[in-house]
Amino acid sequence: MRKLFRSSNIVVALGASVLLAACAASGTVSGGYGGSGDESAVKELVRNVGDRVFFATDSAALSSDARSTIMRQADWLKTNGKSLTIEGHADERGTREYNIALGARRANAVKDYMISLGVDGSRLETVSWGKERPVSLCAEDACWSKNRRSVSVIQ
Amino acid sequence: MIKIIMRKMIVVLVVLAAQISVSFAQDLLRIDITQGNVDPLPIAINPFQGQNDQPSMIGADIANVVKSDLNRSGLFQSINPAGFIEKDLRVNARPRFGDWRIINTQALVIGKVSNLEDGRISIEFRLWDVVAEQQMMGLQLISTPSNWRWVGHLVADAIYERLTGETGYFDSRIVYVDETGPKNRRVKRLAIMDQDGHNPRLITTGQSLALTPRFSPTAQEITYLSYANRQPRVFLLNIETGQQEIVGDFPGMTFAPRFSPDGQKIIMSLERNGNSNIYTLDLRTRVTRRLTNTLAIDTAPCYAPDGERIVFESDRAGRQQLYVMDADGKNVQRISYGEGRYATPVWSPRGDLIAFTKQLKGRFLIGVMKPDGSGERILTEGYHNEGPAWSPNGRVLTFFREQKGEKAGPGLWTVDVTGYNERPLKTPGFASDPAWSPLIR
Repeated sequence: MRKLFRSSNIVVALGASVLLAACAASGTVSGGYGGSGDESAVKELVRNVGDRVFFATDSAALSSDARSTIMRQADWLKTNGKSLTIEGHADERGTREYNIALGARRANAVKDYMISLGVDGSRLETVSWGKERPVSLCAEDACWSKNRRSVSVIQ
Repeated sequence: MIKIIMRKMIVVLVVLAAQISVSFAQDLLRIDITQGNVDPLPIAINPFQGQNDQPSMIGADIANVVKSDLNRSGLFQSINPAGFIEKDLRVNARPRFGDWRIINTQALVIGKVSNLEDGRISIEFRLWDVVAEQQMMGLQLISTPSNWRWVGHLVADAIYERLTGETGYFDSRIVYVDETGPKNRRVKRLAIMDQDGHNPRLITTGQSLALTPRFSPTAQEITYLSYANRQPRVFLLNIETGQQEIVGDFPGMTFAPRFSPDGQKIIMSLERNGNSNIYTLDLRTRVTRRLTNTLAIDTAPCYAPDGERIVFESDRAGRQQLYVMDADGKNVQRISYGEGRYATPVWSPRGDLIAFTKQLKGRFLIGVMKPDGSGERILTEGYHNEGPAWSPNGRVLTFFREQKGEKAGPGLWTVDVTGYNERPLKTPGFASDPAWSPLIR
């Protein structure tokens, strides 16, 4: 059993906390953008290899584009000793619990394909963020399609 | 030290001894709330008077809470006191019914607040049927002055119960997720407030995303999803002490938690290798039990109030649909067959209905159906409505509604199970994932 914190310290007047939140949002809030301090590796993964793949609505099927990206990720992993956390995400046009499960399904589809390409599964973790961390904010499919994604992050 | 005080204060409820008028067997006022669009009952609620029939600040405050509760229910329409003819009202005197009939009042509430020697206050009130010229109820409550808002809710519950024959729900709370910050970096904290939106307080820090809070049957604890440690896990939070713990020691991510009706178990989804199945954890023995075993997404489980059955959503047939199974996972039956997808089922505390979110042609609807899947009715629909939760008497639903747009955020709403009386529920900021507390009496 773990005791994370006592809420006695954290209850503040709601008005004040709303102001604080805006500051907190940029820093300490978890949001699926973790990663190691190895900046050149991060740059390589994001810019050259490709850190994300996209999915159709309510689907975890890998498109041919997605497969190419995952192949490059697998090849890249073979050149270094890195481990990845694969984050699964969903767009906002679904219910909360289902989208958490859908994000997990997407992250695992990427992980399974990478393992089939010869990556050791112990170097891959998955996490789902459901619809909680969109990157594109408009209320149209142009944005939603960018949010239906997996993002591979160096552990 | 935070104290969400639920039952610490002493309230003494006494039926007023002196019945002012003798009640004959005759039809008194009654609201049938099973009808849809009933005309609200006109009710006159006088500011409760103080010592020696003087005006009382606290008495006026209490009457305003009663008024606002009853008006929000949609079943009552309180009459503007500016039009009252009889002014010198006393709680122990018969009102002049003719003066009230002229302004079309059907029910009349007269109350009084007096100070006791020990610092507490005594609240007495009577409910009159103006048409039958009969007293319907006379009650006395004793409490501390700081509890005036709570006293108001108890008075409103008593009136609601006397006039509808249903259990009241005004003395209850709502836990929800307070949302701040931009959409791509949203901070989500648990917050708790009275059912009318008053006394909101944050109960988690916002350091980790907090989602889907649900009350225990005693309303002392909340189970919810937290991203502490950057992995979704089901937590248990004691709202009086602030202590928290992870629920169970599962290998994968756990989510979508709810208590069993006896409070002994938590039912939730466990995800492994992309598959989500339904499990229970016994909070005393720590024994876990797997209830579903599919390659599909099985989630959002919710017990029937008798604990015998469980409703959940699954995409095992291709798309999200609702299923009911026995508490041991046997006899799984699909109950939703309509067009679209069905999600987030919640069993009514009365047992008679299951509320759900339905996605149809790009719209998000809130509806109800019977536990066998028949009698589907849509209560509200729009761009995005999600996550219904029942009032403790099963007559009202709260849910959240998202507005379209980058800067938009969700807010809480309520709607009667009849589909009428849809209203926003005011919160200090964006709010989602509401859950209603049970009644503790």
